[in-house]
Amino acid sequence: MLLNQFLLLSAVLFCLGVYGVLARKNGMLVLMSVELILNAVNINLVAFGAFRTDVGGSVFALFTIAVAAAEVGIGLAIVLLMYRNRRSIDLTQADLLKG
Amino acid sequence: MFPHLAAGAVSEVSTVTNEANWLLENAWLIALLPAISFVLILFFGKKMPFKGAEFGITAVSISFILAILTGAAWMDHRDNFTLDTYGEKAAVLVDDGAGSAVDSVTLAVGTAAEATDGDGQAYVAVQKTTQWLQSGGVEFNAGIMVDGLSVMMLFVVTMISLLVHIYSTDYVGGDRRYTHFFAFLSLFTASMLFFVLSDNILQMIVGWELVGVCSFALIGHWWEEKPNSDAALKAFITNRVGDVGLLVGMITLFFAAGKGMTFDTITINENILQGGVSHTALVVAAACLTIAVMSKSGQFVLHTWLPDAMAGPTPVSALIHAATMVVAGIYMVARLFPVFWEGMQIEGSSINFLATVGAVTLVGAGLLAFVQDDIKKVLAYSTVSQLGYMAMALGVGAWTAAVFHLFTHAFFKANLFLGSGSVAHAVHSFDMKKDMGGMRKFMPKTYVTFVIGSLALAGLFPLAGFWSKDEILVNTGGWGILGGSGSAPGSYTFHFVMGMIGAALTAAYMTRCVYLTFHGEYRGGHHDDHADDHADDHGHHGEPHESGPRILYPLYILSAFSILVGFVNFPPGFLAGSKKDPAGWQERFLHFIEPAGSSYFPAVGHATPSWWLAIVASLVAVAGAGAAFTYYFVKVDRLAKRTGEHLVGLPNGVTTTNAFARAGHKLLVNKYYLDHLYTGIIAGGTKGPIAKAAYWVNQNVLDGTVDGAGRTAVQSGKLVYEKIDQGVVDGAINASGRTSDAIGEELRHINTGRVQNYAAIMFAGAAILAGAFVLLLAF
Amino acid sequence: MDSWILTAVTFVPLLGAVIAMAMPNDDDELHKRWALAVSLVALGLGIAMLFDFNYDQAGQLQWVVDEPWIDVIGAGYTLGVDGMSLPLIALTVLVMPLVFLYSWNHIPSPGNTKSFLILMLILETGMIGTFVAQDLILFFVFFEVVLLPMFFMIAVWGGDDRRYASLKFFLYTLFGSALMLLGFLALFFLAKDPVTGELLRTFDMRELTDTAGAGIARSSQLLIFGGMFIGFGVKVPMFPFHTWLPDAHTQAPTQGSVILAAVLLKLGTYGFIRISIPMLPEAAEAWAPVIGLLAVIGIIYGALGCLAQTDMKRLIAFSSVAHMGFVMLGISTLTDFGINAAIFGMVAHGLITGMLFFIAGSVKDRYHTLEISRLGGMLIQAPRLGWILGFTSMASLGLPGLAGFWGEFPAILSAYQPANGLPVETFRGYMVVAAVGTVLAAGYLLWLLQRIAMGEPSEEFANDPEIVDVTPLEWASWTPFLFLIVLFGVAPGLIFEVTDPAVVESLNNCLQLENGCDGVADATTAALGG
Repeated sequence: MLLNQFLLLSAVLFCLGVYGVLARKNGMLVLMSVELILNAVNINLVAFGAFRTDVGGSVFALFTIAVAAAEVGIGLAIVLLMYRNRRSIDLTQADLLKG
Repeated sequence: MFPHLAAGAVSEVSTVTNEANWLLENAWLIALLPAISFVLILFFGKKMPFKGAEFGITAVSISFILAILTGAAWMDHRDNFTLDTYGEKAAVLVDDGAGSAVDSVTLAVGTAAEATDGDGQAYVAVQKTTQWLQSGGVEFNAGIMVDGLSVMMLFVVTMISLLVHIYSTDYVGGDRRYTHFFAFLSLFTASMLFFVLSDNILQMIVGWELVGVCSFALIGHWWEEKPNSDAALKAFITNRVGDVGLLVGMITLFFAAGKGMTFDTITINENILQGGVSHTALVVAAACLTIAVMSKSGQFVLHTWLPDAMAGPTPVSALIHAATMVVAGIYMVARLFPVFWEGMQIEGSSINFLATVGAVTLVGAGLLAFVQDDIKKVLAYSTVSQLGYMAMALGVGAWTAAVFHLFTHAFFKANLFLGSGSVAHAVHSFDMKKDMGGMRKFMPKTYVTFVIGSLALAGLFPLAGFWSKDEILVNTGGWGILGGSGSAPGSYTFHFVMGMIGAALTAAYMTRCVYLTFHGEYRGGHHDDHADDHADDHGHHGEPHESGPRILYPLYILSAFSILVGFVNFPPGFLAGSKKDPAGWQERFLHFIEPAGSSYFPAVGHATPSWWLAIVASLVAVAGAGAAFTYYFVKVDRLAKRTGEHLVGLPNGVTTTNAFARAGHKLLVNKYYLDHLYTGIIAGGTKGPIAKAAYWVNQNVLDGTVDGAGRTAVQSGKLVYEKIDQGVVDGAINASGRTSDAIGEELRHINTGRVQNYAAIMFAGAAILAGAFVLLLAF
Repeated sequence: MDSWILTAVTFVPLLGAVIAMAMPNDDDELHKRWALAVSLVALGLGIAMLFDFNYDQAGQLQWVVDEPWIDVIGAGYTLGVDGMSLPLIALTVLVMPLVFLYSWNHIPSPGNTKSFLILMLILETGMIGTFVAQDLILFFVFFEVVLLPMFFMIAVWGGDDRRYASLKFFLYTLFGSALMLLGFLALFFLAKDPVTGELLRTFDMRELTDTAGAGIARSSQLLIFGGMFIGFGVKVPMFPFHTWLPDAHTQAPTQGSVILAAVLLKLGTYGFIRISIPMLPEAAEAWAPVIGLLAVIGIIYGALGCLAQTDMKRLIAFSSVAHMGFVMLGISTLTDFGINAAIFGMVAHGLITGMLFFIAGSVKDRYHTLEISRLGGMLIQAPRLGWILGFTSMASLGLPGLAGFWGEFPAILSAYQPANGLPVETFRGYMVVAAVGTVLAAGYLLWLLQRIAMGEPSEEFANDPEIVDVTPLEWASWTPFLFLIVLFGVAPGLIFEVTDPAVVESLNNCLQLENGCDGVADATTAALGG
């Protein structure tokens, strides 16, 4: 079956994304890692859609891409503002949410 | 209300209302006039030129004239109202009356027939009644009953009241509440007349109480001084004590004799005389009513208010003691005589409650009169004593004698009171020992009238008191050794003896009173500041002087009556009349007044008078007077002349030398300690400890229970609040809060603020969820 | 006149109160005028009722309104007036305008005329409503409506100890009401049609009176009566449920005391004669000796309480306990005569004690104290006030010729011969005790009179310019009281003739009982003691 390969690929991609989100200090890279995660999901959606000959999967993937674009837009804006205020986009230094 | 009692009740039809003289049927006018006068004085009195006195005098004068005319009309009625008329009337009544009425009317006629003197005369009271109100099937009527007794009372009350009114214009002239005084005099007179005219016992209660309240107002006339208002309170409250007896007695009569249907006096009397009324109920009623008499007519042991009532202005004392208030009790007994006649079984007996109360009173009060220094108190106790005579006479069945004594006593006692007022007016004091003495010189006219009154009171031939007192003594029937027939109702030996002692005492204390007041040397004149007490217009404080005409003329009139009124009831065999009228003046009073032969009066026997008895009784009185005369006029006078001091040291009498007599004297001075008992122990006890105890119970037990319940509720509330609400329920809430707080405290360390930490946790969570999901799916 | 009049007379004051709420707060004059006008309208309606009332049919309910109200529980809007309630309604509508008149310059501290008057208007509705209601739930509602305004009147405008007094009043009466309501509910669930034996499930007082407790077990009857007994007894107030009264009276503003004495206390006794006795005659018979006993204890006890008082208002309050004892004694005999006397006693007590409280209020205004020992010589400083006090005291102690006598004497009289089935000897004992109570009444009232009115004025107040004689306003609000005290004293038939047929009617059911309240002639001889 072709499905397993697709799922394996997306799993790897997901893990790379998670690693990037958790381990990288650079805000830009974290954002890009988030994109990786989303794309991993997209691959899964499209793969399952194709597998079940259901066009819904592709449609949902398109939605996700659109949402990801918006998310990146906001994420980039946050990172840009962060850079403007702090002259740094090091996420370890941004702990204003600390309780 | 009491329909079940109706069986056997005599319908009111039997109370005969006949077409009598207009005056007899409208005698209520006599009572109404003074009542109108009261209202007029109340509203307009102060604006009138004579400050309201004119209303009172006019009203009472008209009443007096009406009373005389009514008296004449009654005599005519008594002589000319024949059995034939009565028979016709009865026939008519049978026609429209209920079946039960037939018997009673027939019987009434039957009784009347026995008593007639051959020409068919019948003694029938005139009664006029209207319905006052109706409740629960019981009719309350208002009406008048005119017979010899009430006509006699109308005359006495209006006459004394008129004289007192005239006298008062001078005596209380310039008083601070002159108008008010006259208003209450009017009301007092009206109440008494209302009482006298009542044809039913309910109305009697009303009149009785109204008289009481007027006496309250008049005794307390000078209420600024506490003793006066105390005396007024005492009079009223003592009378209320007697009223308990009155209420209970009258209610018992209403049910037992009125069959729960009627208050009508005549019906009640008739029912009793016809039998069929429970004897127990009559005994209770008679005993209770005797208690009422004890308070109203000042009999032992409820007489103590009467001497204190001297706190009122003197004219009021005269009115109270002679004509209005105190004789109400005697009148009530006379009016409801069958109750006592049957209830106490007066006939053929030798002792009963009423007679004994009277006998004890007459001697007890006579003794008290000896130790009084206040002239009015001497007269007050004398009144008590004389009322004892009357009560005793009624108790022994001497109805006519009692009523006759009431009649004569009214005049001479009014005479004496007004006389004492005249003296007191001159010396501004009532104290015989301190402020009087030798008044004969200053006030010869008052002196003469006072002596006449005293002689009449002492019962010396031929003054008024002699005739009535003699008649009482004769009718006690307890004088076997002195001859006479045995037709007296009973044989009351003890009471006869007491009557004799009383006669001696009366003569003696009046002698003392006359001596202390009018003889010896004048001891007054040392009170320069006294004149303001009565706010009169006697500007100078020198020697006392004779009173003015408005005081003297009433005294003259009363003196004349004190001499003459005894003549209206000569005993049979005394001064036989002319050939044309063989009876002459013999037993006229008895003929017109005593309802003998009427359906509402028992067949009372009359003793034949005895010359021996009259002589012995007179001798006893003379002896009493003589003893006092020897002591005062001879011994004291001589001592006074020798030492030059007046009454400072009385000669050593028995009271200072004999321990027993001294104890007796002390007992008398303390008025048998009855006042201590009433004021100190009973009234003080009720007002003080008992009332306080009751109030304590209220505050601490009852209210305490309530408050305690409240407090307990609050306490248990607190308990619930603190332990359960705050402890358990709230505790649980708090605990959960605290727990979450603690958890949060721990968890805050996770909250680094680093996005990546959060993301890590998020992913860990997602991973766990995913794992769990997988695991769940796997199983 | 149609049946609208009862609704009108009941709700006119409430309507007035609602409108008054919309009026500006600070215009006191306007509020006084308005309240007076409203109460005068009610008085006018009351007078119209007096004229329109069919006195030949005084035993029947008149102007009956019978509309459904709360169908679910079978409660109806049922109104009606007969000879028993007419005098009390007349008393209420008469007293209120006089109280408003008196309020003209006697608004107690802390002011706030508007609320004070509104509360009194609501009170009026409650009182009239209680007397016209012919449905138990309606009766209960009105009975409770009275409570709240009174509570506020005492709690806000009262004396120093007002919180305690008002709370006590409120809780006490509420406690009684609760038991009373239980009794009503029990009646609702237990009453059966005497003929068919079906459960009635009704609160209609007419129907319940007609059934007269038929089909209810004796033990339940006794319990129900007991519940109502406490409910009404607290309101009367009967010994030993009276302890709220002295506090409430003493602390209440004058107007509150007057209304309390004149009308409120009558709600309890009215409940007895309208509800308890006709609806449960069998239980009434069993309870009567107890009621009689408590009544005579109240008479003596209230009098003794009076003698111990040092405060004039408290003394008058205690005298209410004694006077209501006479009323209850009349009721406890279960005879038409006794109950007539009781109704008369209620009206007389309302007038006389109301008047006494007015006087107490005016004394307080002048002397700023009611401590008897500090007063004295009022007859000198304010002679007319003193005489009015004397007059009213005389009326209160039951002087014949004034109204008080006709409540007292017939009550004592009726105790001689209570209804058949009641212990005659016991009631005769009560009669004697009650008669002794009249002596004590004379004692405390005259003692009060002596200490307050007689003698010389005390130095403290001898030259006090505030002590003036009766003002025109006081005359205006008092004269009707004084006039009626005399009028009813001279012509008591005015009331007896109205109440008599209604009372006979209400006792009719007793007659049909085997061992009824009033009965046959057999007992006569035994009753008369031989």
